[in-house]
Amino acid sequence: MSTTLPLGPAAGPATPALPSVLTLGLARARIEVLQFFRERDAVVWIFAYPIIMLAIFATVFGQGNARVGATGSFAGIPFGQYFLPGMVATGVMLSSFQNLAITIAVERDDSTLKRLRGTPLPASAYFLGKIGSVLLTSLVQTALLLLVAATVFGIEMPSTAQRWITFAWVFALGTAAGAVCGVAFSSVPRTGRSASAVVTPVVLVLQFISGVFFGFTQLPGWMQDVSSVFPLKWMAQGMRSVFLPDQFQAQEVSGSWQHGATALVIGAYLVVGLVLGARTFRWRRRDDG
Amino acid sequence: MSPARHGTDHGDGEAVVVEGLAKHYGDKKAVDGLDLTVHRGEVFAVLGPNGAGKTTTIEILEGYRERDAGSVRVLGLDPQTADRAWRSRIGIVLQNATDQAELTVGELVRHVGGYYPDSRDPDEVIDAVGLREKVRTRTRQLSGGQRRRLDVALGIVGRPELLFLDEPTTGFDPEARRAFWDLIRGLRDDGTTILLTTHYLDEAENLADRCAVVRDGRVVALDAPAHLGGRTARQAVVRWIEEGTLRQEPTDAPTAVVTALAARFSGAEVPGLQVLRPTLEDVYLSLIGETPAVLGADPDVVPADLLPARSEAHR
Ligand SMILES: Nc1ncnc2c1ncn2[C@@H]1O[C@H](COP(=O)(O)OP(=O)(O)OP(=O)(O)O)[C@@H](O)[C@H]1O
Ligand SMILES: [Mg+2]
Repeated sequence: MSTTLPLGPAAGPATPALPSVLTLGLARARIEVLQFFRERDAVVWIFAYPIIMLAIFATVFGQGNARVGATGSFAGIPFGQYFLPGMVATGVMLSSFQNLAITIAVERDDSTLKRLRGTPLPASAYFLGKIGSVLLTSLVQTALLLLVAATVFGIEMPSTAQRWITFAWVFALGTAAGAVCGVAFSSVPRTGRSASAVVTPVVLVLQFISGVFFGFTQLPGWMQDVSSVFPLKWMAQGMRSVFLPDQFQAQEVSGSWQHGATALVIGAYLVVGLVLGARTFRWRRRDDG
Repeated sequence: MSPARHGTDHGDGEAVVVEGLAKHYGDKKAVDGLDLTVHRGEVFAVLGPNGAGKTTTIEILEGYRERDAGSVRVLGLDPQTADRAWRSRIGIVLQNATDQAELTVGELVRHVGGYYPDSRDPDEVIDAVGLREKVRTRTRQLSGGQRRRLDVALGIVGRPELLFLDEPTTGFDPEARRAFWDLIRGLRDDGTTILLTTHYLDEAENLADRCAVVRDGRVVALDAPAHLGGRTARQAVVRWIEEGTLRQEPTDAPTAVVTALAARFSGAEVPGLQVLRPTLEDVYLSLIGETPAVLGADPDVVPADLLPARSEAHR
């Protein structure tokens, strides 16, 4: 430490305005993204998982160029394409829900949040930063997945604007809902260390019952009912409506893509997650006075 | 409301006023009727044994914890309901922050500075805490003492009017501690009010304009370090050996006592003659109910050669 202090007086007579929430939100998003990409294992896990899963399923089931759903004149589609929607949905859930539920629990435990609380940073800017970084990482991750799907597995990408519009709103709504639910769920693990142990099984079970790894219709009826209560099933279904040909609509339980219901369920999670997250969010550990 | 930021203007009332503060956890009364006032522009130290309630009190003042009773005013506002503008006027160094951002020292100080309306230059702050060489190091790779300096940097980068430091120098090497004292004095000279807790008596002695000793959630003494404990606690003690036992006499006029002794021993050397002045540590120990070594030994039973050779009369 130096002994000469060019630090200037404690506070000037003028009253400069506090930085705006938007400015701070952007600054937070920048710093969150920076931190995210420096945490190498998390990056690899979140980015590679959907791609690895797609690779495994496409290779195992697609042996000998097997195809799904061939009927009459329709030649069916490669297995890779059949699994792609589920992987896209899973990826969004990983980078929104799982990512936030774990990192916020850790940040609460290691007093990152407590430190922020002691500064004039508004809570809204903190959340804007989280949402910004989740949006960016989800986008990068999905783009990577689609790129690998198109180039390595030769999966055909949707060609109509209408399908990409569907993709955009399912992606945006899913990411937002996943993020707010992640914030709310971050209060469940008691410590930062137990966070992944608590969050990962939830995510894994949801993947299995929501038809990410199998055709949804192959699941037992009760499992279909259970998963219909959770948003991942609807995300996957929404993504199927983007990446699968319309012939597959007939394979859905209801015989249609159910865009209305999809928007409604995921939207409900967004609202409930937002209210719950806002009410239960704590800057400090439960035992911290 | 957002009063003009009067850093050096002392006409703005006291920096901190606490009256009858109480906070309990279950049956444990962590803070139990604590009163204290911190004037603008002073360095105020809070001393007290582990579990005395220092952190609990300071975190109530910082707006982290809710009090059970009493009134608290920090920069004129109640911390429990204070807003962003208030937070921009205080700086906080927590006792144990363990956050491990994947950010470098430079990035973190600059980023946090951005939260404040009138922050200090991040580079100057980094220089002031002596982390220049570590500016590109990620925080998780810092040593314990370096981490603590980063905490201090983050506490002052917002140019606070009032700075809270909870055991700021724990883990500092002696050189860093002295440099930290200079830093604190510099901040004080620039008009910052400083409230710190410490277990280092020399730190309180060197830095504090006034200090409070807290025990069991209450202030048991409050004064300038040189006057702490009052006149009797500060009395010198004259010691000597007579007829094989140690004698001692507390006095305000040690010279007179020594002169009388010399006369009594007819000008011969008085065996084992010592004039002891209690250090701040002795005063502190007696205040928190521990027996200080200088006065505690019963002179009639302890053989002279077993007496501690501490509390030299060098002060
Ligand atoms: N969050 C809490 N939950 C339960 N008890 C608490 C909590 N915080 C403090 N206490 C209790 O309150 C008392 C005062 O604690 P505090 O942390 O304020 O002491 P301190 O003076 O800061 O001690 P130290 O010098 O060790 O930092 C202790 O007995 C402690 O066990
Ligand atoms: Mg403490």
